[in-house]
Amino acid sequence: MTASLISQAFKKCKEEGRPALLTYTVAGDPTKKISLDILKSISKNIDIIESGMAFSTPIADGGDIQTSAHRAIKAGINLDETFKIVKKFKKIEYSKPVILMGYWNLILQFNENKFIKMCKKSGVSGLIIVDLPHPENKAFSKKCKKNGITFVQLLSPTTSKQRMKQIIKDSHNMIYYISQSSTTGGKLKVSPRKILEEYSKIKKLNNNKNVVIGFGITEKTINSLKKADGLVVGSAICKEITNSIKKRQNTVTNVTKIVKRLKNKIK
Amino acid sequence: MLKKKIPLIDQHDKHGFWGGKFGGSYIPETLRKPIDDLTIKFEKLRKDKKFLAERDYYYNNWVHNGPTPFIKLNNLTYHLGGAQIYAKVVSAARGGAHKIYGAITAAMLCKRMGKRHLISDTGAGYNGKMFSIAAKHFGLKCTIFMGHKDYLRQKPNVDAMKKNGAEIVQVYTGSQTLVDAVSEVMRFWVANHEKVHLGVGSTVSANIFVKICGWSTAQISRELKKQIIDEFGKIPKKVKLLNCVGGGSSAYGMWSEFMDFDKRQVSFEGVEAGGPQNSKKHAAPLSNNSKIGVLHGAAQMVCQDKFGQISETESISAGLDYPGVSPLHCFLKETGRANYVSQTDEDALNAYKLIRKLENKINPSLEPSHAFARAISIAPKLSKDTVIIVNSCGDALKDKHIIKKRLGKY
Repeated sequence: MTASLISQAFKKCKEEGRPALLTYTVAGDPTKKISLDILKSISKNIDIIESGMAFSTPIADGGDIQTSAHRAIKAGINLDETFKIVKKFKKIEYSKPVILMGYWNLILQFNENKFIKMCKKSGVSGLIIVDLPHPENKAFSKKCKKNGITFVQLLSPTTSKQRMKQIIKDSHNMIYYISQSSTTGGKLKVSPRKILEEYSKIKKLNNNKNVVIGFGITEKTINSLKKADGLVVGSAICKEITNSIKKRQNTVTNVTKIVKRLKNKIK
Repeated sequence: MLKKKIPLIDQHDKHGFWGGKFGGSYIPETLRKPIDDLTIKFEKLRKDKKFLAERDYYYNNWVHNGPTPFIKLNNLTYHLGGAQIYAKVVSAARGGAHKIYGAITAAMLCKRMGKRHLISDTGAGYNGKMFSIAAKHFGLKCTIFMGHKDYLRQKPNVDAMKKNGAEIVQVYTGSQTLVDAVSEVMRFWVANHEKVHLGVGSTVSANIFVKICGWSTAQISRELKKQIIDEFGKIPKKVKLLNCVGGGSSAYGMWSEFMDFDKRQVSFEGVEAGGPQNSKKHAAPLSNNSKIGVLHGAAQMVCQDKFGQISETESISAGLDYPGVSPLHCFLKETGRANYVSQTDEDALNAYKLIRKLENKINPSLEPSHAFARAISIAPKLSKDTVIIVNSCGDALKDKHIIKKRLGKY
């Protein structure tokens, strides 16, 4: 089952004494072809791929990811095409886990069961659904587990301890800790020390879960958080795509470079 | 099924769904606690005598000296030669629209949550204007999110907001209208919920915001029920309550006290924005049978493409120019309690023109002009003992530039 690829990726990183590096890019940004080329090119420097399912009304995303999502939609992305990109990528890099991230409405319209079937068919290992919180996500999360797909639960600094316990109990092999109260790409307004303190609280409740930290992580901040099981960089990469387009430079080359620099900081 | 004797806003299940599928709280994890805190506070305060007394003072005296007028449109009735047409002139409220009720509640909640900064969205600019009025009165800082397109087309309200000291954040994403303003205010709240109180401008978004807004606008209905009885001695045998529907806050406000009546006696008709006559775009998810989807934290009928991307909408009235609609109205449609239709931009303009020609006591903005358009089209076919009441929920001053451009004069 593909969910186990996620566990294997974390295990390998632990053996190497470093956090897993997860990158978020929007499937189809800036075009279907280039977004696939980006994934292929950055693959060797990252451990888990997060691929965004572009949505028109992303309420939890800041400007950089909004721009990427709108660009991808304009370039013709939809869920069918997103699955095609994942499938093509997995054909070359079978062992690299891919997590799809997005908003519930797309899955609702696609049809839950058909969506899970397509995830299995194209080789998706996990899902992050930003606006389907616990406990409302219980039924869907169970369905994912039954089909060998990790449903990644989210925790944030505002999550109470009691709620945290419940969520961890219902979580699979990976949990996403949102570093601060902000949309994606917000400037880090909490000290890394404080973020790691919160992170430790989660680990204390269950040390077996792989906990990644995301939101506000850039080249500048990534090193100070490397104690975590995994770190997610998203907006910084989407911004790089936007900048490359503006400067008429090669997007794939520039994104590959920034990912390489990120990797070097946590080695 | 609709239940009797329970306010519609309270007829949801434990997950926040009306009719098991409309509403809910599809929110990012970060907002769970602020929303839970607000829910607990609101549910406590709505039973608090002091809080209610303060609300009643503001609603009954400060918004308008006594209830907003309920008047018969004699000339229009005579002209159409059918049903009797009345207007509930909510636009006489302080600031010129029903949004004042939600704004007062939000300001009162903001203070009781120990916060000093009030934020909200606006389309037509009325909600923003009312928030700026309430914030100024209660000594709160105010930030309003508004789509760039609306900022340009509703200038009189923009000026009013500025005059009241509110900060306006223009939103340049997407269609640059209400839908984008709501997204952006939610994003701002995610990042600033500790210090900032969010009041959503309509009966949309996560469950608690639907409830707070509906709880506020219900004042219209409480007043209207008394006024109808004063006028007729009882509730007449055939009453039609017509209201425009964008998010649906004024329609819920007008109808809430009449839910338990048999619909053959008191019927509800919601009028959505059909957009320009020759455009495929509209803002009428209910009358076009749009599919149920999730937008801004709630499941609702929403204009979307087959992949679930929210569609861009188009309407001459910024206040109705929204792809979704309140879960309350989805539920009312599903249960058959209310009926929903749409009228075009041109219909609304023609209705406005006719009303201005015949009646001098009202000046309905382009939003309620949609409802008047419906009244004008059905009244001639109805019997003279039928009473049509239209909620004239906004004043046309904000639309003076659009009206001047389209009709040659304001």
